[in-house]
Amino acid sequence: MRRRVRSLLFFAALVVLWEAVARAGIWHRALLPTPYDVLSFLGRAAADGTLLRATLVTLRRLLLGYAVGLVLGIPLGVVAARSALGRDTLGLLALGLQALPSVCWLPMALLWFGQTESAMLFVVVMGTIWSILLAASDGLRSVPPIYVRAARTMGSKGLHTWTRVILPAALPFFVTGMKQGWAFAWRSLMAAEIFVTILTGFGLGQLLHYGRELHAMDQVLGVMLVIVAVGLLVDRLAFAPLERFLHTRWGTG
Amino acid sequence: MTTFPEELAHPSKIAVRGVSKSYRTAAGVVAALDDVSIDIAEGEFVCLVGPSGCGKSTLLNLVAGLDRADRGEILVDGAPVPGPGRDRMVMFQEAALFPWLDVMGNTLFGLKLKPNLTPEARRDVALYYLRLVGLEGFLRANVHELSGGMKQRVALARALAPNPRVLMMDEPFGALDAMTREQLYGDLQSIWQAKRKTILFVTHNVREAVCLGDRVAIMTPRPGRIREEFRVTLPRPRDINALDVAGLGREITDALRRLLPGGRG
Ligand SMILES: Nc1ncnc2c1ncn2[C@@H]1O[C@H](COP(=O)(O)OP(=O)(O)OP(=O)(O)O)[C@@H](O)[C@H]1O
Ligand SMILES: [Mg+2]
Repeated sequence: MRRRVRSLLFFAALVVLWEAVARAGIWHRALLPTPYDVLSFLGRAAADGTLLRATLVTLRRLLLGYAVGLVLGIPLGVVAARSALGRDTLGLLALGLQALPSVCWLPMALLWFGQTESAMLFVVVMGTIWSILLAASDGLRSVPPIYVRAARTMGSKGLHTWTRVILPAALPFFVTGMKQGWAFAWRSLMAAEIFVTILTGFGLGQLLHYGRELHAMDQVLGVMLVIVAVGLLVDRLAFAPLERFLHTRWGTG
Repeated sequence: MTTFPEELAHPSKIAVRGVSKSYRTAAGVVAALDDVSIDIAEGEFVCLVGPSGCGKSTLLNLVAGLDRADRGEILVDGAPVPGPGRDRMVMFQEAALFPWLDVMGNTLFGLKLKPNLTPEARRDVALYYLRLVGLEGFLRANVHELSGGMKQRVALARALAPNPRVLMMDEPFGALDAMTREQLYGDLQSIWQAKRKTILFVTHNVREAVCLGDRVAIMTPRPGRIREEFRVTLPRPRDINALDVAGLGREITDALRRLLPGGRG
């Protein structure tokens, strides 16, 4: 409770400071709007449905890209974990490409796919897949062999060992990887939406981009806040329960 | 009139014949077992004692079918072990409970792999063994919430539940307090007598070995060899604190001491 009050006070102070600086008139109001300006933009955008529509468009792209990243990344991670060959080839490739900031995929995406949905999907998938692949293969490789041995003496083998022992044992690593993958997907998509300006769907990134085009700083700041909120909300709704489960079962964290 | 060789008259449940095993490590080749032979009859309770690192766990892993011997052969019921099997359950030296399952789930794991059992029957069996080890109050507990001794008891229940013919136990009671341990000595002896299991039991505690075993085999330091065997004919159930148990224990301890480098003999 005390910690919550402390955090609340901190953010309230931040808003007050912002208000004070904005009112002092050091910068033009168009460059530094007041908290109220931003709030009223958000109110307007929420009322006419722009915000909700943009959020939904963005979430749809995000989920699609993330799902593709998982569906490709986890099996590839399994392959990378299974053998030294996999580790020295796929594993190394993933390690390299993971170091590439996802915006760097954009020029390639734009040249290959142009200003299309595919370009955005490509960037999100490329931004996600390598970290998921690595987390999956690291997780599988750090399963203590004693679990598999114990299971084998009890008559478990093949697919049963995989689904009942190896995957559950690697679950904590998988969740960490999925979370990281989600964070990367989110960042990649925002980069993609800012650069890929198309009419097939107006996402939060595009809203941000047009805020800049229109010199509407209240829009820029407002959309930034929404992006933060969506990121946090997903973390709370999707990952927190999973992590809590792991925490009680494994006693970790 | 023909006389049968002794092995035919009393066929071995487990026959270890001239088994050697070495491990390749970064530091070089470690010979863990060298020409080990031992025969264990059906229903026999054999204890294996020996200094740390002499290859006791290695031998158990080989009999379990988890590893392959470099030389020699291991027969179970007269046939070479094809690999791990439900007929030979292992209670490992380190805790090998699954942290993603609770106590009940861990105990059910092996039972679920046993065909021809209804879910209710499985539950009943699991419950029976958990009760036996005194954990009926912790069915839904997570593994990390258990003490070291409780974990060992779950592992025991998990190994007993599928009713294996052969049970291999690797220093199972090391982490237990004396009271619980003594109670489990009693339980283990009665389970063994009731179900006629063949048990291969590894321990550092010579008295424990005398208390439980029909036979105590002692191993030399690495590379492990079985050097001497002691038959224990004391009446059962035995009490670990009894004088005759202590006396034979003393004798075996002396024999062990002679095997150590610097020992006499
Ligand atoms: N997987 C392995 N890789 C390399 N060396 C091993 C491996 N397992 C065992 N060893 C080596 O083989 C020897 C015998 O090991 P083992 O675990 O069988 O000993 P132990 O008799 O069970 O000892 P303790 O009583 O301490 O449990 C040891 O020197 C050990 O270092
Ligand atoms: Mg050992």
